[in-house]
Amino acid sequence: MNAFLAGNSLMRGLYCWLAANQGNAQECSPGWQPGMAARDGLLPAGWEWLAFAVTASVAAFLVLNLFLLLAMFYTYLERRLIGRFQVRIGPNRTGPWGLLQPVADAIKLLTKESIIPDGADRWLFNLAPIAMVVTMFMVLAVLPFGEGTFIADINVGLLFLIAVTSVNALAVFMAGVASGNRYAMFGGVRAVAQLISYEVPMVLSVVGVLLLAGSLSLVDIVNAQRVPFLLLQPLGFFIFVVGASAEMNRPPFDTLEAESEIVAGYHTEYSGMKFGYFWLAEYSAVLTTSGVIATLFLNGWQGPLLPSHVWFLLKVFGLAFVFIWVRSTLPRVRIDQTMAFAWKFLLPLGLLNIFVTAAEILVLGQPQGEGRVFSTGGLWLMAGINVTVTIGSVAVFSRLVSLRTPALPVPAAHLSRVEAR
Amino acid sequence: MYGLGILSGMVVTLKNFFRKPFTVSYPEQRLPQHPRFRGEEFTWYEERCTGCASCAKFCPLGIIRIVTHPGGTTPAEGDSYAIDVFDIDIARCMFCGLCVEACPYDALFMGSGFEEAKYRRRDLVISVERLRAAEKRPSTWYRPQLEGQAYDPRRDGSLPWQKAGREPWPYHLPQRPQAEGEKTTGEGTP
Repeated sequence: MNAFLAGNSLMRGLYCWLAANQGNAQECSPGWQPGMAARDGLLPAGWEWLAFAVTASVAAFLVLNLFLLLAMFYTYLERRLIGRFQVRIGPNRTGPWGLLQPVADAIKLLTKESIIPDGADRWLFNLAPIAMVVTMFMVLAVLPFGEGTFIADINVGLLFLIAVTSVNALAVFMAGVASGNRYAMFGGVRAVAQLISYEVPMVLSVVGVLLLAGSLSLVDIVNAQRVPFLLLQPLGFFIFVVGASAEMNRPPFDTLEAESEIVAGYHTEYSGMKFGYFWLAEYSAVLTTSGVIATLFLNGWQGPLLPSHVWFLLKVFGLAFVFIWVRSTLPRVRIDQTMAFAWKFLLPLGLLNIFVTAAEILVLGQPQGEGRVFSTGGLWLMAGINVTVTIGSVAVFSRLVSLRTPALPVPAAHLSRVEAR
Repeated sequence: MYGLGILSGMVVTLKNFFRKPFTVSYPEQRLPQHPRFRGEEFTWYEERCTGCASCAKFCPLGIIRIVTHPGGTTPAEGDSYAIDVFDIDIARCMFCGLCVEACPYDALFMGSGFEEAKYRRRDLVISVERLRAAEKRPSTWYRPQLEGQAYDPRRDGSLPWQKAGREPWPYHLPQRPQAEGEKTTGEGTP
């Protein structure tokens, strides 16, 4: 417990505030210490966990609500920006510049009737939106929002992140199966196929970051980035961004809720606030995923001049802008093209990326302790090689790999039946 | 190579992003409207109307209802009927304008507005009181005399009845009032 609280200024600040001794800076300055609560005379020895539990609850409450505010603002931003991409104005009626539009949306969703269809599995039907939202918010537990500002810095942070975000597929499938609607079922089945397929190249692309940073802890990964890993891992960044937009069910990979094919996919039967949960999860997923990408590839909170939190928010919203831009540009790809892209194109590129990165680390890195360190020249050489490898491999693979699905063989029996007629 | 088409598409949307929005914020900003626009409310000049009910007869849907009684005007001043009821049910109106074409006295005009949404169906019936009270902004559709004066209902506002007709007097008067500087040719001459 104390190990992963070290350097956590969010928790320390909150503890000091709760213990009402923030005036005594000396006692509170060095971060969370063992026996802090007992030392301050708050709790008897051995009851340290209680202070931690209270502090962590307050921290989680604060982070969650601030994040929800941010997600609210993001839905507004997305609608405005998409409007501008389509050369129109976007929502500008509710409040100044339409800023209260998300509030109006929330009130509308809350006051609508939540219908459970007759054929639905009631338990699963009610659980699915909760599973979707909860897994989305669990990412916030390990995401460092700024220097020393995180809820927990666990030593398997990246693994936790991958594990938690992949539960998303389960929630979507639950919704699809429980609805008792064939379109929802189609959406759920497509979701399982797509989300699991894209999980693989995404995880492979993260391995490159892992090799360079030498740690699974997100705080260590950020600290390891003297230059943003975007320069050292352009191929990994590309695969991760594509995989993430497929994981978030965003265009161009939104076949699982394709309006033109299967009404609304897995959330066809949902209404009221249960639909609101899905909606919230999908929009806030953009922010959490942008946060993860910023942490892994864009230096996290680091940056000159501005405070670390501002840098982090800037990077998150910059990435969110790219996602909105992609959404407003690209048409939806077919489900077979989506699958072929994951397995035939992204997966080999991910493997190639791991191989190239590992070789570079072996050749260019000087062993020091358990890990390896790189000279500045070595890093620049690595960046040059990796950019070349990225462009070259994408060019070569796009020649080699065909996303065209071979024509389905028509059963001979069927043909003869048709001819006989 | 994959991706180049995607990149050029992204550039297209990015250019659109920096363009001025094509849409307008409707209640505050309005698109220019042609003077011949056939609007939802009708413009009616009681001074010109004789109560002949041509409009009601020519209406293909039969949605104009007119009730008249012999008016108080003396025959010397031109006999006309007073209008009791002039109901136009615009809920069923298709704005073909045949009533306006049929009006022999230039008394009925298409309107120029389009904001007649109502909560109740019965409110969509334009009564004679509403026709009397309405601001006179006639559409210039089927009224070449208005185009001759370059009248624009959205720009120029209310149009008095003297200016609305092909001639500046009501046709139902037995005798054409003498205009200034006009040469009289005597009674009964063709």
